[in-house]
Amino acid sequence: MIIFQNVSKSYSHSAVALEKINFKIQAGEFVSIVGLSGAGKSTIIKLLIGEEKPTKGQIFFGSYEVNKLKSSLLPEFRRHIGVVFQDFRLLDRKTVFENVAFALEVEGRAQKEINELVPQVLDLVGLKDKVNNFPAELSGGEKQRVAIARAMINRPEVLIADEPTGNLDPFNTWEVVKLLVKINELGSIVILATHSKEIVNTLGRRVITLDQGKVIRDEETGRFMM
Amino acid sequence: MLTVSTLTIMILALFVFEGMVIFNALATTAVSSLEEKIDISVYFKTNASEDGILNLKRSIEGLSEVENVEYVSKEQALANFKEKHQNDSVIVQTLNELDDNPLLPVLNIKAKDPRNYGTIADYLEKANLGEIIEKINYAQNKLVIDRLTSIVDASEKIGVALTIFLALAAILVTFNAIRLAIYSNSDQISIMRLVGSPNNFIRGPYVIEGIMYGCIAGIASFLIWWPVINAVSPYIARFVSEMDLSLYLKGNFWSILAYQVVFGSFLGTISSIVAIRRYLKI
Repeated sequence: MIIFQNVSKSYSHSAVALEKINFKIQAGEFVSIVGLSGAGKSTIIKLLIGEEKPTKGQIFFGSYEVNKLKSSLLPEFRRHIGVVFQDFRLLDRKTVFENVAFALEVEGRAQKEINELVPQVLDLVGLKDKVNNFPAELSGGEKQRVAIARAMINRPEVLIADEPTGNLDPFNTWEVVKLLVKINELGSIVILATHSKEIVNTLGRRVITLDQGKVIRDEETGRFMM
Repeated sequence: MLTVSTLTIMILALFVFEGMVIFNALATTAVSSLEEKIDISVYFKTNASEDGILNLKRSIEGLSEVENVEYVSKEQALANFKEKHQNDSVIVQTLNELDDNPLLPVLNIKAKDPRNYGTIADYLEKANLGEIIEKINYAQNKLVIDRLTSIVDASEKIGVALTIFLALAAILVTFNAIRLAIYSNSDQISIMRLVGSPNNFIRGPYVIEGIMYGCIAGIASFLIWWPVINAVSPYIARFVSEMDLSLYLKGNFWSILAYQVVFGSFLGTISSIVAIRRYLKI
């Protein structure tokens, strides 16, 4: 379970990113966080993965109180969360296999285990035949699927997708959305930050709407309304 | 990727550092060699009785600071002088033309420790022996040694200042190189953070890079010193005969190399840690 309790974040007196944010996300939920650019979607994600600390309030993820986590505990905590971004963040000099394997290598996993796990997750995202390709040889949708595979390789409890379809054409957008739904059905919480009205309305899942750093709507089967 | 400019500055800093270590060894040998050579020579007036001189010799020998005291009579001093200058016909001829022996009886006093010469000189001055003592040459020797010591001290201070200055320059340049490496790998670092890479795994490569700069520069500066030392060693030996720099370098090969590498690694590590703390966000 993820809990945001009276969370505020400001960078200065005049730059308030979030103000008194309260919500709970239960295991197995698929939640879309929507809002215009600058509404605070990315700030919520940064706070959730411990990249920034809130100015006020508490953030809980399972047994972790994220706002109080020491930097030495962050790596272990982050292995419970997978994150994908609009810009994919793949390593250009590594192949698809190596990009996904990288998440296991940095943990010091054995090569044998890596050789078993990487093909499995690439199969899940439909890129089994692209293992030896470099990112430059892939379409935008394929790159995002590699990023999702990398995020999923540690079997995280939560997958956070920050504008994952922002750089994709409509066909690839729906491929990625379908993949996120599939991952959710396999048991992971999925948090999708987006400003795509079409995606949110088609999904018909829970929607948290942000405006100028505040939650203005939180509906179980919401629609994109700004 | 190590940069040439960073390595060059680091090599320069370590080159001066090693120069300081070698200079220190050389200066220590030169000063102790001079100190070995000095003694206190007490010259007596021509009318001083031999009994009086020998009495004084015995009392000086009783001092705990004294290693030994040698008495050279007027006659012995003349014989020594003649023997020393037997091949110089002008001096021999001049001496033959003199009616009297111009040399003075002397007591040569050797201390156990060069630092004790001051105490012995004080003892002689306080003993009210002005009637029989012509002069004590301790003050002249002391002046030479003090001057040499102050030159060595000043040179060491300049060496330390130069080493500190270049070490700071090396730290700054290495810091900059590590900062650039962090910037150019920012994508990889952000991915490592995202996938929960242990902090040491993220920081480690940059600390190792700093240490690599130090180790390579340490070895390189040592290799540059090697031919320099071999070339100047014969010239140094003319001034300080006890010091064979080539031999010193061979004898202390591993310890000097270790100094260089450890000091270089120390500088590199400091640079890396500062750069990581400032620019590598976990």
